[in-house]
Amino acid sequence: MIDPHSHNEVNEQQLRQILQEGLPLVARPYQHIAQQLSTTEHAVIEKIAELKQRGLIKRFGLVLHHHELGYTANCMVVWNIPDQNIEQIAQQLSQEPPVTLCYQRPRRANWPFNLFCMIHGKERAQVQAQIEALIKKHRLDYPYELLFSTRQFKQRGARYV
Amino acid sequence: MELSHLDRQLLNAAQKNFPLHPQPFKVLSDQLGIAEQEIIERLNILQQNKAISRLGAVFDHQRAGASTLVALAVPEQDIDAVAEAITALDEVNHNYQREHTFNLWFVVNASDQNVVDQVLEHITERFDYPILDLPMVKNYHIDLGFPL
Repeated sequence: MIDPHSHNEVNEQQLRQILQEGLPLVARPYQHIAQQLSTTEHAVIEKIAELKQRGLIKRFGLVLHHHELGYTANCMVVWNIPDQNIEQIAQQLSQEPPVTLCYQRPRRANWPFNLFCMIHGKERAQVQAQIEALIKKHRLDYPYELLFSTRQFKQRGARYV
Repeated sequence: MELSHLDRQLLNAAQKNFPLHPQPFKVLSDQLGIAEQEIIERLNILQQNKAISRLGAVFDHQRAGASTLVALAVPEQDIDAVAEAITALDEVNHNYQREHTFNLWFVVNASDQNVVDQVLEHITERFDYPILDLPMVKNYHIDLGFPL
């Protein structure tokens, strides 16, 4: 299986570039990458496992397009949560199934909100109901705003290398 | 697109911990009891229909490079042109219009903070609109994919 003529060092930058753009959906995708990088299939698999282990890769698998799957109601909910409470509230919200992203971000002079949650649903009314249920369940008696998306101009994976 | 029961099973099984095995679709085939070839064909169709963006890695924003969420408050009559100019930037990967005075929201990411800063500088030189630069302070969400 291992070709003695190919070296098994994997160029990490090149591999990361391939992983952020996407693997081909073929029977031996790692073999395909190995050929591009002049290394072995085994070395590619080991290197991906290492990147996961190091925490550089958060998730490895299919990345979906919510919009094309019918999840067209996309709402960013922003809250102004007192600093001393944000950790606990963010932990709770991030566990809730409808919440697909949960980030703390800085407040600004013209922007008082510090907690950002993303919620995807098929219909606006359903997403609104989910948000109201979260507010009630976690007693989120804080200022908030709902920013539904109206148009999606661009959506692709991030490019870091 | 409308998903079949099989599509749902596949999409739910392959979003996280995609098998690190020479024949990953064979592993999924054994798990789901669906032929390997059928899985590959179906996933290719889902990708052609844009239900699947890619098979790949979601990197940790902070460990992999630098990024920030940016918002602009753009007058309604300018939004199409501004959105197009923002979308054209290589360092922008997400760009949405949202219902708010700050109506254009996009993510800038690059190998390091210097590049992110340069992109922001370029944007503020080009567009004289109120702007928010909101880098992530902390990520609370563990990305497990999107259950269907």
